Amino acid sequence: MSDKKGKDKLNIRELIKAKGILGAIKDLMLSSQVWSSFFRHGLEDTPKTRMQTVISNSFLHLHPAKVKRHAPLFKFTWCMGGITFFTFLILTITGVFLMFYYHPNVRDAYWDMKGLEYHVPFGLLLRNLHRWGAHLMVITVWFHMFRVFMTGSYKPPREFNWGIGVVLLVFTLLLSFTGYLLPWDQLGFWAVTVGTNMARATPGLGHEGPFGELLGMTAYNDVRFALLGGSMVGGNALLRAYIWHCIGLPLIVSAFLIVHFWRIRKDGGISGKL
Amino acid sequence: MPDKKKTDQGRYRALAFVKGESLAKEKDSLVSEDELETWPYLLRKEFLAAIIVMIGLMIWSITLDAPLEEPSDPSLTPNPAKAPWYFLGLQEMLVYFDPWIAGVVFPSLIVMGLMVIPYIDINPKGNGYYTFKERKFAITTFCFGFHVLWILLIIVGVFMRGPGWLWFWPWEEWDSHRIVAETNYDLTQFIGIDSKSLLGSIIGGGIVSIYFFLGLTVPYLLMKMKNSLVLEKLGIIRYSIVAFLFWSMLGLPIKMVLKLVFSLKYIWVTPWFNI
Ligand code: HEM
Repeated sequence: MSDKKGKDKLNIRELIKAKGILGAIKDLMLSSQVWSSFFRHGLEDTPKTRMQTVISNSFLHLHPAKVKRHAPLFKFTWCMGGITFFTFLILTITGVFLMFYYHPNVRDAYWDMKGLEYHVPFGLLLRNLHRWGAHLMVITVWFHMFRVFMTGSYKPPREFNWGIGVVLLVFTLLLSFTGYLLPWDQLGFWAVTVGTNMARATPGLGHEGPFGELLGMTAYNDVRFALLGGSMVGGNALLRAYIWHCIGLPLIVSAFLIVHFWRIRKDGGISGKL
Repeated sequence: MPDKKKTDQGRYRALAFVKGESLAKEKDSLVSEDELETWPYLLRKEFLAAIIVMIGLMIWSITLDAPLEEPSDPSLTPNPAKAPWYFLGLQEMLVYFDPWIAGVVFPSLIVMGLMVIPYIDINPKGNGYYTFKERKFAITTFCFGFHVLWILLIIVGVFMRGPGWLWFWPWEEWDSHRIVAETNYDLTQFIGIDSKSLLGSIIGGGIVSIYFFLGLTVPYLLMKMKNSLVLEKLGIIRYSIVAFLFWSMLGLPIKMVLKLVFSLKYIWVTPWFNI
């Protein structure tokens, strides 16, 4: 026992002699229990650690350890799926910050926007990032779909994942749409009024749609009423938009994203010429 | 150690590193000819892309402020009241179709149509690489729908539509008093039959039915005559879905032309709905 201890001490002295104090500290840190409980692999650049870097990290291991040679090529994926996901992350983070300054009621909503502009440090920047980020996400998700179509990547075995993608596309648009109302200004109010007026015309389910009246639909019980929580865009509609926008839709999108990413791997990774 | 079997995807996966004897051997860290290590080759590009997007978005957000108009006022309808830009293609369709088609049926068909693409496109070629030659019909149809019918209509909706949803070039000033006198006719009125009458309704319905009937049968017979392999592989169900979606999509530009050239309003008028 005491023998071993002596040996250890000797090692440290030798270590300092060999590598200097800083080098010794680094060495000791890297071999400590704390460090090795955090990071399960060495840092030297070998094929093995390159792989371990990916598969021993919860976030990175969404990726396989090895990818097809063409997968990282910009000209193949245009990076669009990844960028869409990245904008989703930006929107989640900026969105949470915005929630600290926002009250989803008719009296405060608009003035909270003004407050962001004039009183909150970097509030306007925060709002801009969230707003433009949302536009960007809509654009990149379309580009992503387009590239997936052009490379024929929806073909077997990826049919199902394409379907998941279509759901994500729809929910991306819905997220953007529900957010549009929240500033409670003329722009959002009328855009959502115009948009939800379409629901009035739903065949069978809207009071102005084909067969709607026959089936007993009125402005007070049709789908539009269910969407708005009223027969007009008002306080209830604002609250509903808020809850869908901040809680409901992001949860749904996250669930589908998990499936989407999981499926990319289970379908044999990114598509490519066989 | 048994030799590794060929996998479906024709490549191996590293699932875990396990100490001691196991199936996952160090050999797994060998990278074959047609593979690259995710770290660094893919991840560094992803991080780079993330940084570029972040910088771009920052610049965009610093230079341009998000719009904020007057507080909402239900009694003050702006003219025109526009939906968010990504829905303007649908709003633009309102010029040509009633809301139940433009706002409900077409969006549903678009979503369902997109979802069934993998199941109706049975061409095994062009999977995982760019090619036009090997899938001309698929690409042409998709691009027509996406670029022309969706994107172009959005551009029209965003830039060309002013008060009263009238056409204004971007450099023209919006004149909210401009009135365009136009009379629209229903199809049967061209042959002197009241479109609201029973006869008019039946003729209108007949024309819509014939449109789809011919759309479904004519290509079918043509392909049958040529003993088309594609048709055989498609089968009747897939074929019908393709044809139905295809002719529904073409219904939009057809109606646009009819409306713009002949001032046609409805083809088919019924007490419950109009097309
Ligand atoms: C929130 C929206 C979405 C996100 C964040 C997302 C993310 C991703 C990512 C990161 C990839 C990896 C390859 C790449 O970057 O291109 C991918 C692949 C894929 N995505 Fe998406 N996606 C979304 C929406 C869609 C949509 C709208 C579709 C199609 C309608 C779609 C269909 C696919 C398919 C089929 C693949 C596999 C492609 C291949 O193997 O080449 N995704 N997605």
